[in-house]
Amino acid sequence: MVKRMVTGAHYGLRDWLAQRITAVVMVVFILCLAGILLISPPHDYAGWKAVFSNQWMRIASFLFLVSLFWHAWVGVRNILMDYVHATGIRLSLQILVILSLLFYTVWSVEILWEL
Amino acid sequence: MQKKPPKHLNLLEIKQPLPAVVSILHRVSGALLFFPGIPLLLSNLELLLDSPQGYAQFQSLFENPLFKTGLILALWVFLLHLFAGIRFLGLDLHYGIKLEQARLTSKIVLAAGFILTLLIGMSIW
Repeated sequence: MVKRMVTGAHYGLRDWLAQRITAVVMVVFILCLAGILLISPPHDYAGWKAVFSNQWMRIASFLFLVSLFWHAWVGVRNILMDYVHATGIRLSLQILVILSLLFYTVWSVEILWEL
Repeated sequence: MQKKPPKHLNLLEIKQPLPAVVSILHRVSGALLFFPGIPLLLSNLELLLDSPQGYAQFQSLFENPLFKTGLILALWVFLLHLFAGIRFLGLDLHYGIKLEQARLTSKIVLAAGFILTLLIGMSIW
């Protein structure tokens, strides 16, 4: 007799966890940023530039944005799986979402590191 | 005798309980934050940081009441998503599972989103 466990594709728990971890990362970053902006609010271009030209700030901002994109992917995929039942259309939309998120990632690097 | 389940559960006719409203709002706000939220966030960040000219452009945009209204609306959508999300994290950890608590925290989410939006909105206006 072959014992077979009926399980899913196993990405459910991983994505569920990723959605929550990225959420916490974003909240921590937003609180830190709000704190920085409240303590010493930048008044001009040089001030804003100074805040984001700190290497750690760049890395933290990038981490925030990547968390945002990952979080968005899990959420949007869930929405598409719930409401778009035609496989072809759903797959096309999912590819579109992935491509846009990859584009946003490159754009984020460009903004933060001014390539 | 077993009770018959309702046959026609028309979502538009039945009154949604508050936790369901918060759940739907979390979804709708999430979708809006993905689009147009993310591209708007990135293009504004680019305008802010790219060059002194871009910064001046951002500043004049910021003076525009229409832009400010849009920004405050975006803030409301974001804060609703944030507070509803924190509520869901609590539910994951089995906080606020009971019906009474679930209703109360739903009210808190809606009220906190509105009040914080109002406060920040007034301070930047």
